[in-house]
Amino acid sequence: MQFIKPDININFVSKRKIAFFISMVMILVSIASLFIHKGPRYGIDFAGGTLIQVKFSAPASLNNIKSGLAAIDLGKSSVQQFGDQGDNEYLIRTDRSIMTSQGFSTKVQEALETSTGNKIDIRRVEMVGPQVGKDLREKALFAMFYALLFITIYISGRFELKWVLSGVMAGALMGAVYLLSVFNVSVPYLILAALIVTLVLFWFLELKYAMGAIVALIHDVTITVGIFSIFGKEFTLPIIAALLTIIGYSLNDTIIVFDRIRENSRKYHKNPLEFIINRSVNETLSRTILTSLTTLVVVVSLFVLGGGIIHDFAFAMIIGVVTGTYSSVYVASPILLAWQSRGRKK
Amino acid sequence: MKNLSWRVVSVIVVIIVAVVYILPTINPSLWPHKKINLGLDLQGGMHLALEVDTEKAVESTVERISQEIRGFLKKEHIRHISLNRIDGSRISVELQGQENIDKFEKLLDNEFKNLRILSRSTHNEILTMMLDLPDKESGQIKKLATEQALETIRNRIDQFGVSEPDIRLQGEKRILIQLPGIKDTKRAKDLIGRTALLEFKLVDETHDLNSALQGNVPPGSEVLYSIKEDPETRRVIKTPYLIKKRTLLTGAQLTDAKVQIDSQYNEPYVSINFDKKGGRDFGRITGANVKKRLAIVLDKKVYSAPVIQEKITGGQARITGHFTTEEASDLAIALRAGALPAPVNILEERTVGPSLGTDSIRKGLISTCVGGILVILFMIVYYRGSGLIADVALILNIILIAGGLAGFQATLTLPGIAGIILTIGMAVDANVLIFERIREELRIGKTPRAAVDSGFDRASLTILDANVTTLIAALVLFQFGTGPVKGFAVTLSLGVLSSLFTALILSRLIFDYFLIKLKSKSLSI
Repeated sequence: MQFIKPDININFVSKRKIAFFISMVMILVSIASLFIHKGPRYGIDFAGGTLIQVKFSAPASLNNIKSGLAAIDLGKSSVQQFGDQGDNEYLIRTDRSIMTSQGFSTKVQEALETSTGNKIDIRRVEMVGPQVGKDLREKALFAMFYALLFITIYISGRFELKWVLSGVMAGALMGAVYLLSVFNVSVPYLILAALIVTLVLFWFLELKYAMGAIVALIHDVTITVGIFSIFGKEFTLPIIAALLTIIGYSLNDTIIVFDRIRENSRKYHKNPLEFIINRSVNETLSRTILTSLTTLVVVVSLFVLGGGIIHDFAFAMIIGVVTGTYSSVYVASPILLAWQSRGRKK
Repeated sequence: MKNLSWRVVSVIVVIIVAVVYILPTINPSLWPHKKINLGLDLQGGMHLALEVDTEKAVESTVERISQEIRGFLKKEHIRHISLNRIDGSRISVELQGQENIDKFEKLLDNEFKNLRILSRSTHNEILTMMLDLPDKESGQIKKLATEQALETIRNRIDQFGVSEPDIRLQGEKRILIQLPGIKDTKRAKDLIGRTALLEFKLVDETHDLNSALQGNVPPGSEVLYSIKEDPETRRVIKTPYLIKKRTLLTGAQLTDAKVQIDSQYNEPYVSINFDKKGGRDFGRITGANVKKRLAIVLDKKVYSAPVIQEKITGGQARITGHFTTEEASDLAIALRAGALPAPVNILEERTVGPSLGTDSIRKGLISTCVGGILVILFMIVYYRGSGLIADVALILNIILIAGGLAGFQATLTLPGIAGIILTIGMAVDANVLIFERIREELRIGKTPRAAVDSGFDRASLTILDANVTTLIAALVLFQFGTGPVKGFAVTLSLGVLSSLFTALILSRLIFDYFLIKLKSKSLSI
């Protein structure tokens, strides 16, 4: 069986302007959404606070739950339905984080049982103090940062087979980061600075493949974060795990297309780069689609059947797989072309 | 064909090792290795992060020293204007008159060599001095307090009876506690978090309690409360007591604490036994203070303040306080395990009820099965015979991940299950790459055997590369992640490694077996 005919020849390269436009719009919308919402919406892992998951024995109305909670002083609190409608499960969140030591969950249980007249089961309590929230936020950002650092070093060495250059890259990056950390720059800016340093270095060292891969990767992560922000979903520790996995997945796809481009540029060295890229993308298209499909099948099954706790993680992965596949065809390869036109202008 | 049989042996060995490690999880009686650990999010339980308020340990040491100084001043008849502990861990002293000042300085040099003089000024024959502990010393106290707190909490949890608790130090003053399967989380938290500092102090009967309540607290005394809840009206009754600050005896000299039932009121109380020295001290103290009231103070709360009728020998005392049996037994545990050297604060708590854990396992398994079966069917439909090979590789992959989890004693969490599901989706990628390559080679007219050879050769490097990036992400995550997320990193890393093994070695082996051993002339791909 074959989805993609072996002699397929879709002219991907000619559509790169449209793709560029779509990507730009998506990224701008993502960034705009982040600005409007004043940064990502942190879950209690990062913001601190208390979260309680309760299950009612019979359907309960949101109003009754809220009035029950109003009776005990919870501070700023929110209630939202969790999981399937029939589960009668709700998530209660407050920004307070100190009360669990004083029989807090028993209080909530009593208050809700009186206000709704239902038996309830407290299924999950998570309390994160402000200090721990701050620590976790820092840890998560450092994880992103180090993943980017190591991947940058790996691809600059691997794609170009110039390990000396990759050593230079590593040194320069670490130097820049060290310099910034001396000035006590916060981690998000550290990541931003590291990315800019990376791109500039790739540009001057003429590491075009590495450049393409990194741009595709930034593209994927930005759009995933943006879509999360648009849907008002919360960033929690598992979402960071999903983002890191997306980084790995996005590169995986890009590497496979790039490997084929390199192989073909030896084979068809007389042909223009457009032809080589197009041919390579077409040759690997079957594989790209198959792998995306099988990965998509499993993450969708996780999304639908995996339950509420893993829902957002699966959602992030779905976005990541789709954008990762798109970017390896439409973002990473056109960067190579853009590079070539830069060379011509010189 | 030597090469082939060598590979067969190595593959079989790997499979056998993996299966042997999984066996105890399926049937624990087969051989004594541990089962695959389930994370708290799957089996239910409580995760706590505590912070030891080590500053308080320093403060109480300084308080003790200031009481000692007060004692010396009294004994050597040195008159002072004031002697207080201020700003937490500093002692400020004011003395007047050259004679007093000289004596005091001599006292400092002889008895309190380790105190650091922060400031010293004389004005109109009044000496004002600020003292504290040197940094090295207070650092030592803090370190000791954390270690002691860890030990005490470990003791308490052991006596509380939790199977396989995990208690460890994190950083300088944090303690991480994992209590799998615990149901009464409030009780556990109360037991772990209470300081359980038991003190015997005299009630200050020479001063007026009412004027002390209005803020006129005499030096050397303090107002403490007894807190009782009326079981009928559920009102909290607070009774103030004026208590002398000096501690006569602490719970440090206990040998045992146990719950007993009062025959008269049928109410549980905690009976405590002192060690030899403690018993002697207790006898001496009670003997010297007959007809005075001795307060039993636990964590700054007065439990009772009976009048001493006569000298109590035998080293026994009882703590009463309208306890429930559970409260009394928890208090006895806390007293036996000893007091925390400093209070602890709960920084983070994550509790998962057992029903949610079971749900998560069920949903995780269902989505793994559905996803897995869809992928398996898809591979067979798309690649036919070769698809079957990929499916064998896939199933072996899951066995290897499970074996790895058991072998490394790693913990399986809900995100960990997600990692396995992702691996199922991504592991076929390696096979897809190879199969697509083989198809291409076949199309240009190569024989099946040549096509398989060059297909594997050409795809191998790409597969390695593509997986390294995921591995990097997973390893970084492992380094930085906590709890459930770490579980994800573990299964993802194991998945990447095992999919490399199954695709590059196992699938190849099966192809070679058909093409070389059975001399198949065609390839089902």
